[in-house]
Amino acid sequence: MDDRKTRFTRRTALKIGAGAAGVFAAPAIMKAARAQTGGFNWKKFSGQSIEVSLTLGPRADVLRRHEKEFTDLTGIKVGSEAVPEQQHRQQVVIQFNSGNPQFDVISISWHVQKRLVGKSKWLADMKPLLADASLTAPEYDFADMTAGGIRWATQGDGRMDTLPLSIDPWMIYWNKELFAAKGLAFPKTFDDIVMAAEKLTDKASGQYGWVSRGLKNANVPVWTSFMLGHDMDPVNPKTVTLQTTTPEAIAAAEYYKKLNKDFAPPGTVGFNWNESQTSFSQGKIGMWLDGIGFAPPLEDPTKSRVVGKVGYGIMPNGPKTKNSATFGDGIGIAAASKKKEAAYLYCQWATGKQMASRLLQSGGGSPCRASTYTDKDVIAGLKLPREWLTCLQESTAIGRPGLPEIVPVTEFRDIFGIGLTNTIGGADAKTEMTKATEAFTPILQKSEAS
Amino acid sequence: MTEASTLERKVASAAKAVSTRGPGFDRNYLPFVYPALIITLAVIVFPWIFTIYMSFYDWKIGHAREFVGFANFTKLTTDARFIESIGHTLYFTALAVVLPVIFGTIAALIFNERFPLRGLFRAIFILPMMATPVAVALVWTMMFHPQLGVLNYLLSLVGIPPQLWVYSPETVIPSLVAVEVWHWTPLVMLIVLGGLASLPTEPYESARIDGASAWQMFRHITLPLIMPFILVAGVIRMIDALKAFDTIFVITSGGPGTASETINIYLYLQAFSFYNIGYASAMTMVFFALIIVLTLVLLYLRQKAKWT
Repeated sequence: MDDRKTRFTRRTALKIGAGAAGVFAAPAIMKAARAQTGGFNWKKFSGQSIEVSLTLGPRADVLRRHEKEFTDLTGIKVGSEAVPEQQHRQQVVIQFNSGNPQFDVISISWHVQKRLVGKSKWLADMKPLLADASLTAPEYDFADMTAGGIRWATQGDGRMDTLPLSIDPWMIYWNKELFAAKGLAFPKTFDDIVMAAEKLTDKASGQYGWVSRGLKNANVPVWTSFMLGHDMDPVNPKTVTLQTTTPEAIAAAEYYKKLNKDFAPPGTVGFNWNESQTSFSQGKIGMWLDGIGFAPPLEDPTKSRVVGKVGYGIMPNGPKTKNSATFGDGIGIAAASKKKEAAYLYCQWATGKQMASRLLQSGGGSPCRASTYTDKDVIAGLKLPREWLTCLQESTAIGRPGLPEIVPVTEFRDIFGIGLTNTIGGADAKTEMTKATEAFTPILQKSEAS
Repeated sequence: MTEASTLERKVASAAKAVSTRGPGFDRNYLPFVYPALIITLAVIVFPWIFTIYMSFYDWKIGHAREFVGFANFTKLTTDARFIESIGHTLYFTALAVVLPVIFGTIAALIFNERFPLRGLFRAIFILPMMATPVAVALVWTMMFHPQLGVLNYLLSLVGIPPQLWVYSPETVIPSLVAVEVWHWTPLVMLIVLGGLASLPTEPYESARIDGASAWQMFRHITLPLIMPFILVAGVIRMIDALKAFDTIFVITSGGPGTASETINIYLYLQAFSFYNIGYASAMTMVFFALIIVLTLVLLYLRQKAKWT
């Protein structure tokens, strides 16, 4: 009898072992293969852990929702937190000043913190990292970043201490139904805005033509939105001196006063974006000037009575030019971080094409990647009206910083915000702007001198 | 002679030790005191000394600090916004102390009487006190909304025109006080109720025999007897009202404009929004002095109202 058929040899055991190992190892091999896209090894820092500190909002939501995907790709564990905007900004300053921040990656609001972090050199320069082929994935495609995003992310001394995450242009939400009832078209100029607001206002029935932020500090971008249309920045970018008592700045304050005092609902003086949004979503407001990121709640039937009735209008022509006030966020690496390379991989992932697509589709902001807006699949997956996307693209194209690039931005907003709030109460715009300018000038001079 | 004098010296020395260190003093117990002492020094004494130190510097976070002596204090005397904030603080505090004390005392007098379901109503009455201030503030913010808030809806039911509440510089502080009153009246009620429960019955019996009316008994017996408790409630309310921050910050952030900007809000802005640590420290010192003065006044009144 040939016992070879039944005998369990060492060779057989090895074959079975190899086969089993192959079956069990296949997913890991596939994952490793995926991790080495284009020869790039995403797993280079596998096993490390990084801490990420984000500003609470739609951008942080998208990043945190897909965090596991990053860990699967790189093997890097992520501990992240999303802190409300105001508290986050304070935390950033205090932690950086301690010299030992608890985070490796941090999101920065360029319109408030850019000069501060740039001057203090709290963040690592991204340029050497971007130039390092062993650290930058070929598919990251930095050339795809929009010029506006790169301009925002670059400091005056040429350092780029963040990677562009998103830009938030300001535009006008308008109620098509109310406009149609009065036979009005969307305004083409600032004066048209005033005219339309007047016609849409019927105080007896609780209908108002306009709403925007009246709360001090929060209200400054409304004023600067009108100032930019006069081709005027609040602070001269070259000389870093205030231009807030120029005829253009006063004219912008007059527009602000007229619209908010005469055609906005009572109590606007204390309105921030949330009160404005609530009022507009009730269907009794003609126009609302604010950031583009509020479309999702306005188009949500559980939160809004204006679903399908909202028009997304680009900021109309000012007397001299047509600009949209823009604000933006970047993501950077703490200069004191001991895990800069792993943190850099996170930044690449966070600002990569896939996350940009997700951000756009969520309606939470405007990613700084040109390809996102031309990708048919991305656009097909967009849940918001196409008009919103068009508005976003066109507003971004005419974007201009809505706040000055200075260190004491918060003080600027506070002091001028009080002046603007006072105008809603009837105070003279020129007097208020002059008073605010006098109060802020020494603060700016001291800041620039240090 | 020698033995006697030695004994006398020992007795005198022991007596001195007892008189200076108190009876029961034992050096061996000192290590048990140190942890509490260290913690007190670290979390109370050191921050105070450091705040005093910083108040003499021009120090903005991220910049080098510079010794400026009393310049921060001098600047405060000409800072119109700070002076205005003192006025707002005193106005807010006065209303936020007096109104809860009046309503809390009335509520205590009611809940001191016997009536059906008294326990249940007492429990319901003290519910606001248990809520988190920030949550309370958020709910009231929605209620105050001039177009969509429930308060204006309720007013409309009785034919009163809508109000602007916290959205008007004229009504913002009284509206914020309304939140404080709703939140903290139960605390005053509990304190005064405790006082009422401890009152002797003899004076009332005598008064009834003498034919005193209910009002006379309240005016001449109850009120003087519960006055020390009312003043304790007043001191607690005053310290709380002076410290009030979360409610004001969440509902108005000091606005509209600066209409509800109290010292706390302005101090917070200077320290944590503008990062002017030196200036904010000077402000803290002045604010602390103000709290001490007001508290001493109330404690003096309490001392005068004490039972003899």
